[in-house]
Amino acid sequence: MSAPSGETFRERAGVALKDGELRANFRRAMDGLMGKRAAQFADADEWQRLRELGESIRRRALSKLPDLLEQLEENLTKNGIKVHWAETVEDANQIVLGILQEKNAKTVVKGKSMVSEEMHLNDFLGRHGIRALEADLGEYIVQMAGETPSHIIMPAIHKNRKQIARLFKEQIDGFTYTEDAKEMTAAARAELRREFYEADAGLSGVNFAVAETGTLCLVENEGNGRMCTTVPPLHIAVTGIDKVIEKLEDAPPLFSLLTRSATGQPVTTYFNMISGPRSATDRDGPEEVHLVLLDNGRTRIYADAETRRSLQCIRCGACMNHCPVYTRVGGHAYGGIYPGPIGKILTPQIDGIGQYGDLPSASSLCNACVEVCPVKIPIAQVLVRLRDEAAGHCSRPAVKESGAKKSAVQDMVWSGWKWMHENPGAYKFMSGVLTKTGNLTPATVPLLKEWTSVRSKPKFAKKTLHQLAKEKGLADE
Amino acid sequence: MSSARDTILARLRKSDPSGDLPVSDFSVMKEKTWTGEEKVERLIAMMSAVNTELHKTTEAGWPDLVAELLKKREIDSLLIGTNNRLMDRLQGAWRDNGDAPDIRLYDRAYEDERAEVFAAPAALTTTRGGIAETGSLIVWPDAAEPRLLSLAPPVHIALLEADRLHNTFWQAMTAEGWKEGLPTNALLISGPSKTADIEQELTYGVHGPKELIVLIIEG
Repeated sequence: MSAPSGETFRERAGVALKDGELRANFRRAMDGLMGKRAAQFADADEWQRLRELGESIRRRALSKLPDLLEQLEENLTKNGIKVHWAETVEDANQIVLGILQEKNAKTVVKGKSMVSEEMHLNDFLGRHGIRALEADLGEYIVQMAGETPSHIIMPAIHKNRKQIARLFKEQIDGFTYTEDAKEMTAAARAELRREFYEADAGLSGVNFAVAETGTLCLVENEGNGRMCTTVPPLHIAVTGIDKVIEKLEDAPPLFSLLTRSATGQPVTTYFNMISGPRSATDRDGPEEVHLVLLDNGRTRIYADAETRRSLQCIRCGACMNHCPVYTRVGGHAYGGIYPGPIGKILTPQIDGIGQYGDLPSASSLCNACVEVCPVKIPIAQVLVRLRDEAAGHCSRPAVKESGAKKSAVQDMVWSGWKWMHENPGAYKFMSGVLTKTGNLTPATVPLLKEWTSVRSKPKFAKKTLHQLAKEKGLADE
Repeated sequence: MSSARDTILARLRKSDPSGDLPVSDFSVMKEKTWTGEEKVERLIAMMSAVNTELHKTTEAGWPDLVAELLKKREIDSLLIGTNNRLMDRLQGAWRDNGDAPDIRLYDRAYEDERAEVFAAPAALTTTRGGIAETGSLIVWPDAAEPRLLSLAPPVHIALLEADRLHNTFWQAMTAEGWKEGLPTNALLISGPSKTADIEQELTYGVHGPKELIVLIIEG
């Protein structure tokens, strides 16, 4: 089973919905994650206060973003970490390539980084003769399968153990077929140990970049992040310009919210704070550390007060774990780098409404994502905003390719609807007609078909509300 | 790429969100407190839950305990850094112990010693302290105890002084003034390395140590 194919979200979701194995894999995983997270936040008062603190930290950081980025650069530079700025993924890829080529690096081991997925870095480096190897177990599996992550925290969650065992059998020399997770993990450990040992460079993402101290924080369980940032002589970190936080003391509350929201763990195995390359006295650690700060549309998202709140995200994935749509269609159906509710608001803003304008509509606005978001991103509100942007009905359009999904038919239907509701006579006439003829309308007429393809046709009442009210003796004004 | 830098900063400065400056109320981070004894018990409970082996011991007793734990695992050598206090204690205690493992030193640059470091079956480090709330060790690697000691060998034994336990991570960093100067690498370690990437089945020992043994030194 590979990623559901199709040009649009609707097509891919259709394919995914018919894939029983895929749905079972996601259902099982999401149920487990929701239960574990709920247990972590059993104390409602602590949860509310902690998330208010988390939200304030992220909003404060965004409110001072340009100043904090400058402070971060200054302190990182002071600490011996080289800072690079990239407006686009092309620029960021060129910067990474340049650093690697200068060191004549041929292999790169990677910690989990969604920004490197945004950059399609592995493919890019591959085209330039540099092998990039994912070292996070989930990412390793996904890379081996030639796929992309279907979840931002658990990249291989769409696969079950049988599928992974078959993949290992095909691709790892000497692997004896087993569906035992411990044995499969041991096989990956053995393969990757050698890679860490021999790699010319390590690449990682960043969870929080602390402006005050010039520190890069990495959150992980496996130790691959530590390996990538410790063993090879060169470490390159890539991150979005949104990941900066003002103070060191801002990190602990966000770290707590992140691990508990993401996987229901009170803490991860490692919290790694990197504030420089190997010093003159250190015996190990990389000789050089670089940070690439990527914009890729974030400055545009930042420009509008409403869309700016999308940048509060700390990438915990709780919104997707709790999303009734995500749980049923899986991460690949979204087509972009970031799936689920946060993907529905980030992807169209980063890559444009033209290609991804249907994503904001793939939601029932049930608000589950908003209720679990540890930094209180108003995801539903931004979804509605993006629907307006897509339809070209925004008073101050701010999103890339705003209006790309403008439809004359849709506009006409809604103006008709509006006109009818503003004219009592027309409304009375139309509702009267529909009580008599509505049920005769075949379920297959265009527009109605969209609704009835997966639902039963709504039944029209025999009398309008106005008629019923009149019979009860209520004044019809 | 100063032009990219200037463009990004200029774009950000065009919008002025300085009005959106919420106050951060850290009281929820300050309130969590436990007594000394409770902190030890909480740390033990939290770390045991993620497959860490913990033992309470004393300053006089820990070297023999280390020897015993290694013998049980049939490990005959122990990698340590160049922490003089540790070396003196181990050598003193193990001098007359025929069963004691060989002490190997990580005392040169990584490049000169990497094969030994990656082949070492076990390593011993001190810790800067611990965190009761989450069951975490605070480790600041340095020249005397390099980073890989707590990462490459499959067994990591860590010494933790009970009176260096903090309530929470936030309280540890604020009480000790970390913002005034962090080492090149500072860590929290909360168990042996683990993954749940295959069907969410929790599996220990993926890329880092398979076993973490914490010796809590009391008294």
